[in-house]
Amino acid sequence: MSATRASLTDWIRGSSVYRSIVRHGIADTNRNRSLVIFENLFLHVHPVKVREKTLRFSHTYWLGGITLVSSLVLIATGILLMFYYHPSVPQAYRDMKELNYVVDNGLFLRNLHRWAAHLMVFAAFLHMLRVFYHRAYRPPRQFNWVVGVVLLIVTLLLSYTGYLLPWDQLAFWGVSVGTNMAKEAPLVGERIRFLLLGGNVVSENALLRFYVLHCVVLPVALLLFLSVHIWRVRKDGGVQGPPSGVDDPRHEETP
Amino acid sequence: MSATPELHAVESTDPVTVPRRVALVRPDTRPAVRRSDERYVMTFPHLIVREVILFQVVVVALSLAALAFDAPLEGIANPIETPNPAKAPWYFLGLQELLHYFPPIVAGVLLPALVVLSLAVIPYARINLTAGPLWASGKKRAALALAAVAAALFVLFAAFGCWPIAVPTLLTAGAMFAARGGERGGPVRRALQRVTLPEWIMTWFVVIATLLTVIGTFFRGPGWTLVWPWVGPI
Repeated sequence: MSATRASLTDWIRGSSVYRSIVRHGIADTNRNRSLVIFENLFLHVHPVKVREKTLRFSHTYWLGGITLVSSLVLIATGILLMFYYHPSVPQAYRDMKELNYVVDNGLFLRNLHRWAAHLMVFAAFLHMLRVFYHRAYRPPRQFNWVVGVVLLIVTLLLSYTGYLLPWDQLAFWGVSVGTNMAKEAPLVGERIRFLLLGGNVVSENALLRFYVLHCVVLPVALLLFLSVHIWRVRKDGGVQGPPSGVDDPRHEETP
Repeated sequence: MSATPELHAVESTDPVTVPRRVALVRPDTRPAVRRSDERYVMTFPHLIVREVILFQVVVVALSLAALAFDAPLEGIANPIETPNPAKAPWYFLGLQELLHYFPPIVAGVLLPALVVLSLAVIPYARINLTAGPLWASGKKRAALALAAVAAALFVLFAAFGCWPIAVPTLLTAGAMFAARGGERGGPVRRALQRVTLPEWIMTWFVVIATLLTVIGTFFRGPGWTLVWPWVGPI
């Protein structure tokens, strides 16, 4: 049985179709392990070798990774939710009821999207604190810190625009409280609020605008800045953990 | 011509793991250059396997949470029926709590703008790159200036009745001064003694942000009055 399986996998690996997709052999040599990374569009953001120390848990606590994974979960569940959602009043709220009571696993889908959103905001905060206390914003990573701040704001805006979409009391008044704050900005406050809501109060227009922002504008912004953020991690020399030895400005030179 | 920066020569010793290199390095330069010896491992499988495990752990944890806890859904939005209190999402409740103490332009515009701006400029402020332990220099002038700033902040926030900021300000300042001369004290004071000024400031900010968010989320009821979280619905 296992012999059959082995010969089957051998046959697949040897086939011209497989060889046209994956050009390297089994990753049993360092050469082939290198090829796994740099012959793959998605993996080649990594270098072929990484510093062993950066793999330790206490190096990053994987907080950036947790943020990234929750954003992937959000994209997957978000696309599925879009199949069931109409950004109009009162259909938006009815769609919530449909999801909760009619759609197969609709409640699970909505729950997953909700908790992943909370996790993403929370993990992004913690990631920022981790980077600060490890002083990982120091040269050459200054600009990547700024990109991170932009990403944090985009994350908050994504979460906030999504908050309105269920069109229940929680959504309506939560967003009303927030946009009333925006109104207080001098000179431009009223205009920004009008632009955001498509009117003077939270209404059907606001729902449509928040929907477009939530499903198109902000995710595209997130993906753009995220690409820059991750690409620069590599360009700036890989993830930076806690400063130690000569890296720590608190380190006292021993003559 | 500016003063010649302090230079260190760093040399790696193991040509097998790291190429031998000699570099002139300034104290504020990229940390990777100043590291001498390091072991490298292949990204595949060492990093990739960990990434896959991380993905699985997060997805499983989120799925369990989604099975156990339902996302809230209240009645349909009704513009003429204002809930009391009307609350923003949790990450904005710190700001909403500030609205209780300050005029909207301060709580809703000025302070958030200041926070974002301060975050963005962190890597470009020299003190954040070079700061050592706060009291290392032992200058009396610095201690006086810090005490004055802490006292001024305390008075300012106390004048607005904003105790969730005023009290942590006092506590942080207390811990900061307890760290003075801490190298001769117990383990806690020795640990505090290593904290830099930027870290003190960030910790002060984090404590306040957390406290405001927790109060806004759990301890505010109708009319934004203080309530216990176990009395009535949140």
